[in-house]
Amino acid sequence: MKGALPLVFSIAWTHVRSRVRQTFVGIFGVAVGVGFSVMMAALMEGSQRDFVTQLVDSLPHVSVSDEQRWPPRQPADIAYEAAEIHGLTTKQLRPGIKNPYAIMASLEAWVPGAIAPSVQSKAVIRFAGRDTAASVTGVDPRREVNVSKLSTQIRSGSLENLFKASNAIILGSGLARKVGARVGNSVVVTAGTGRTISATVVGLFHSGVAQADDGQSFVLIKTAQILAGQTGLVNELRVRVKDVLSAREIAHRIEVETGYKSLSWQEANEDLLSALQIRNLIMYTVVGAILMVASFGTYNIISTITHEKTRDIAIMKSLGFPAGTVRRIFVVESMMIGVAGVLFGWVLGYLMSIGMAQVEIKSPFMDTTHLPILYSPTHYAMAALVALTASVIAGFFPARKAAALQPVDIIRGAS
Amino acid sequence: MKPPLIESRKLTRILDGEVPATLVSEIDVSIAAGEFVAITGPSGSGKSSLLYLLGLLDIPTAGEVLIDGRATSKLSEEARAQLRLETLGFVFQFHFLLPEFSALENVMLPMRALGRLSAAQMQTRAKDILGSLGLADHAHKRPDQMSGGQRQRVAIARALANDPLVVLADEPTGNLDTASTAQVIGILRTMIAGEAGKAVVVVTHDTGLAAQADRRIHIVDGKVDQPPVVISDVTD
Repeated sequence: MKGALPLVFSIAWTHVRSRVRQTFVGIFGVAVGVGFSVMMAALMEGSQRDFVTQLVDSLPHVSVSDEQRWPPRQPADIAYEAAEIHGLTTKQLRPGIKNPYAIMASLEAWVPGAIAPSVQSKAVIRFAGRDTAASVTGVDPRREVNVSKLSTQIRSGSLENLFKASNAIILGSGLARKVGARVGNSVVVTAGTGRTISATVVGLFHSGVAQADDGQSFVLIKTAQILAGQTGLVNELRVRVKDVLSAREIAHRIEVETGYKSLSWQEANEDLLSALQIRNLIMYTVVGAILMVASFGTYNIISTITHEKTRDIAIMKSLGFPAGTVRRIFVVESMMIGVAGVLFGWVLGYLMSIGMAQVEIKSPFMDTTHLPILYSPTHYAMAALVALTASVIAGFFPARKAAALQPVDIIRGAS
Repeated sequence: MKPPLIESRKLTRILDGEVPATLVSEIDVSIAAGEFVAITGPSGSGKSSLLYLLGLLDIPTAGEVLIDGRATSKLSEEARAQLRLETLGFVFQFHFLLPEFSALENVMLPMRALGRLSAAQMQTRAKDILGSLGLADHAHKRPDQMSGGQRQRVAIARALANDPLVVLADEPTGNLDTASTAQVIGILRTMIAGEAGKAVVVVTHDTGLAAQADRRIHIVDGKVDQPPVVISDVTD
């Protein structure tokens, strides 16, 4: 029997239950606010994450190359405080990282993640009389799987196929289309040094980034070294770190320890990252604004419901209900509407997120993708918190105002 | 000697505003147990205001209201509410029932607010009161499913819920037809004033209702006028 329930809850429940239309409008209002907040947050943060992921994945997290950041200091500079130097002739250095495997071993001792050596060189790939310039990167397939997504991007064949032919090459899908080569064809690779080899196409990769697909190819390190005309050459170490956000610090430490220029993905994408900060600001502003607007909607509906009950508040007070009890009735009522609204809003938001995730985006530069949606409990909790706070405030203030009146003020007005 | 159930001393109420309006000015009345008192007077004379002050629904600007001998002007809002709940019952011109609740639930509200009886006892008592007012069959109807007279009787039943010392009624028959009016007057007379230690105060325009009262307090311009009883004696 209802009489057994605490008075406040049973009165609130009776109000909520018997005023179906109001209750429905209230719940609907809260649900729409919560639902759209959740959906927009999922979309905004999803696209943000997607953007960062693409940035992070397109390059090694840290790339250690055989370049130096600054030209070496001249002896005169070291000996004197001020020196003027004329007519320097650049000394031709032997390219490549010295003792790459020793450096890798020492880095592996402390870098959290994986390291793989590679050889970068430029070449012209010739097939069926067509010449196309391309980057030829020598990789170690066994180590490469740990530092890049290359192995997952192979469309025909596999990365391991590089071992299967004496001079094996994997072409980007766009590059293969340009030269007209297929798996099994033999292409002629001419390096900048003038060395020419004949290589068998053992696979095609497709990363989805046109720049890579149209101009990149992979061979074994040994093959690349032959092309470069220098045995033992390694001119880039690729590092994949466990925590992508620590890449900058790790790159700095590698640079200090080895003296070679080491570039983190953040540094390589500095311009994009500053754009990302602006996007972040926009995202939080938009999500915040939606939550604000939604909470105003919630406030409006619930405070209207409470205002309509002003007379009942006077009646209950005249009977001798303490002001606190009357206030609590309406706060509980708005909480009931708020909680129900939040639950429906969650479902609504989830369904809308799923709906948005179905939207396909077609772009000539990238593969067809879907709208990126991030399903995060934080969004749901945040939207719920804001909606519940708004409902409680919307119930509390009008009820407090009404309960603070002398009942006679309302009774006088009514009669 | 037992104190009067309600007593007012120099009761004054002035409405604040750009032009302050005096509703009630220095009124001394006392309501004794067993009395059926009618407050009469022309519209705007302040008779309803006096009733609200006596019923602790309003706070006097000056003066004092004593309920069962206890001064109330210094009481907190909560204490006044509690005193209303325990000792006073109200009936207004409009029934002022809560529209979402059945007659039975409306009658039980003050009991539940007081919380002295068990749920089952409240049910029984509310049904008894409704039954004695001839509403046993309407206990589970909501106010909008009842006639005006029935609603007003439910309102009286609710006023009686916590067995109050005094029932204060503001134009209880103002919106009723003659049959219902007679019924309501009968109830107020017999059910309440008839019981030992209880009293009824009614504000009314209705001469028929006023004639039933033991005593009439005539209010003009916020002050107690000569009792009309005396005037009618003279004209006779």
